[in-house]
Amino acid sequence: MTPIVQALADGWTVTRRNLITIKRVPDLLVGSIVSPIMFVLLFAYVFGGSIALPGASELDPALYREFLIAGIFAQTVIFGATITGSGMAQDLKKGIIDRFRSLPMAPSAVLVGRTGADVVNNVLTVVIMSLTGLVVGWRINSSVGEALLGYVLLLFFAYCISWLMAYVGLLVRTPEVFNNAVFIVIFPLTFIANTFVPSQNLPGVLRTFAEWNPVSSVTQAARELFGNVLPGTPDPTTWPLQNPVLYTVLWGVALLVVFVPLTVRQYQRAAAR
Amino acid sequence: MGTARLAPVSTITAQGLRKRYGAVHAVDGIDLSVERGTVLGLLGPNGAGKTTTVRILTTLLRPDAGQASVLGLDVVRDARELMRRIGVSGQYAAVDENLTGFENLEMVGRLYHLGVRRARTRADELLERFGLTEAARRPVRGYSGGMRRRLDLAGALVAEPEVLFLDEPTTGLDPRSRLGMWDVIGELVRSGTTVLLTTQYLEEADQLADTIAVIDHGRVIAQGTADELKSQVGGERVAVTVGRAEEVATARDVLRPLVAGEVGVEEHTRTLTAPVTGGTGALVAVLRALGDAGVDVLDAGIRRPTLDDVFLTLTGHEAESAPQEAGA
Repeated sequence: MTPIVQALADGWTVTRRNLITIKRVPDLLVGSIVSPIMFVLLFAYVFGGSIALPGASELDPALYREFLIAGIFAQTVIFGATITGSGMAQDLKKGIIDRFRSLPMAPSAVLVGRTGADVVNNVLTVVIMSLTGLVVGWRINSSVGEALLGYVLLLFFAYCISWLMAYVGLLVRTPEVFNNAVFIVIFPLTFIANTFVPSQNLPGVLRTFAEWNPVSSVTQAARELFGNVLPGTPDPTTWPLQNPVLYTVLWGVALLVVFVPLTVRQYQRAAAR
Repeated sequence: MGTARLAPVSTITAQGLRKRYGAVHAVDGIDLSVERGTVLGLLGPNGAGKTTTVRILTTLLRPDAGQASVLGLDVVRDARELMRRIGVSGQYAAVDENLTGFENLEMVGRLYHLGVRRARTRADELLERFGLTEAARRPVRGYSGGMRRRLDLAGALVAEPEVLFLDEPTTGLDPRSRLGMWDVIGELVRSGTTVLLTTQYLEEADQLADTIAVIDHGRVIAQGTADELKSQVGGERVAVTVGRAEEVATARDVLRPLVAGEVGVEEHTRTLTAPVTGGTGALVAVLRALGDAGVDVLDAGIRRPTLDDVFLTLTGHEAESAPQEAGA
């Protein structure tokens, strides 16, 4: 077997292990299923009547729900990507990484397997959210191809984020510290964006941040690809939001280029303590 | 250096290994040699450098200086090849709690690239051998500490390694599970596996190891068979326990001219020990003298030095605490 095939086979073996974990630990599954439903319902009904959308003549909860779904998808898959980091910290703490390191396997396999299993988890989450969205009146107003591309883009972006999370998890080494540290970053990142309110509604600096935030671009891209941009919405004025698919892909590729080698190195180093 | 010597072929050799973490010299110039089919026990307290040494020898950690080879393979240069031929079982049972015993071993087999079918039959064989067949389909979460250790050891044996590294294989186990582990390890050794094990338990080293290397502060401070180490601290000793604390000083004065070395005193147990020559004759003389001095003797006897005596003598921990007691 060539090293590449070997690495993929090892990655698949570790993926299987992580998928079994998802199945065996119901808490994780409940988190992946219940929290997206809760988020969709909460935002749709609590904020739905209070947030003004540019282009809409009046506050319309139905229009807001249409606007909301792409944002909630983006936030939830990014939360899903954090599981990668706490999982790595957990494995390190429990000594399982030591066992892996003592085997003649590809050094990347543990990370490939972990990030791969977390994509499966995110697919499940996205399916649940979509069903909930349909129940509250959200519809895809585009073609099947565009909608699929929207989903793929969301999952791809989350996948890239999960490599970053794996790096942080290996650096921090304890799942509890990881969770605290990461939410300090993830909350502003997913809220100072066009996820729940149009970025036009934000004041000065926050607006600029939101317009260049890749969370905004992935949301904007999904919104466009699902056909959820409301008629009468003013065209975006900044490059990232004018080219949301390209901007998101650039960010994703940049994250992978930086964090795949960095994380593999950190894995070898963290395990070697 | 480089000169061929007519010595038995060593399966594990280490020369001048060093590893530093910041200002701490975890391993500070360790030399080791383990002959094929024998067991070396690395004996030392927590923080002595045992685990670091094992991690270097098992390719998990790069030494700052020195050389080591296992089965003729360099632990740094030939790491990948070496991993295929050794088994490692760590201090904490490194098994996945959410997987069943079978799934854990099957995964390890796959990652050794045995192929799916072979990985499965090997998992079943090992579960059977370690008495885990009944628990094989249950998640490890529900296993006892002893079962987890056995599963972890089974994981180390998946690829039928020629050399096995066991880092504190029984730490934290209850006495019954410990005896069970000793049986299992003993059986492996009889089947010809070369083993390097670390332990804090003198009894364990005595029981399992052919050769013992005592390490402290990252250095080997003594090496030899259990008997050789015991002879380093002298032969037989007399041990006397007196009835009242105020009699300890008197007893020491009585003993001093009758024994062949320093009189050791353990205040809180009111026990005095000292090397003697002449065995029971010396014991009788000691008891008679104590009786004449009016000291109330609770217990007395002759005993061979234990590994505890060896260890305390070599590491000097006894010497560190003794002046304090003398000064108090």
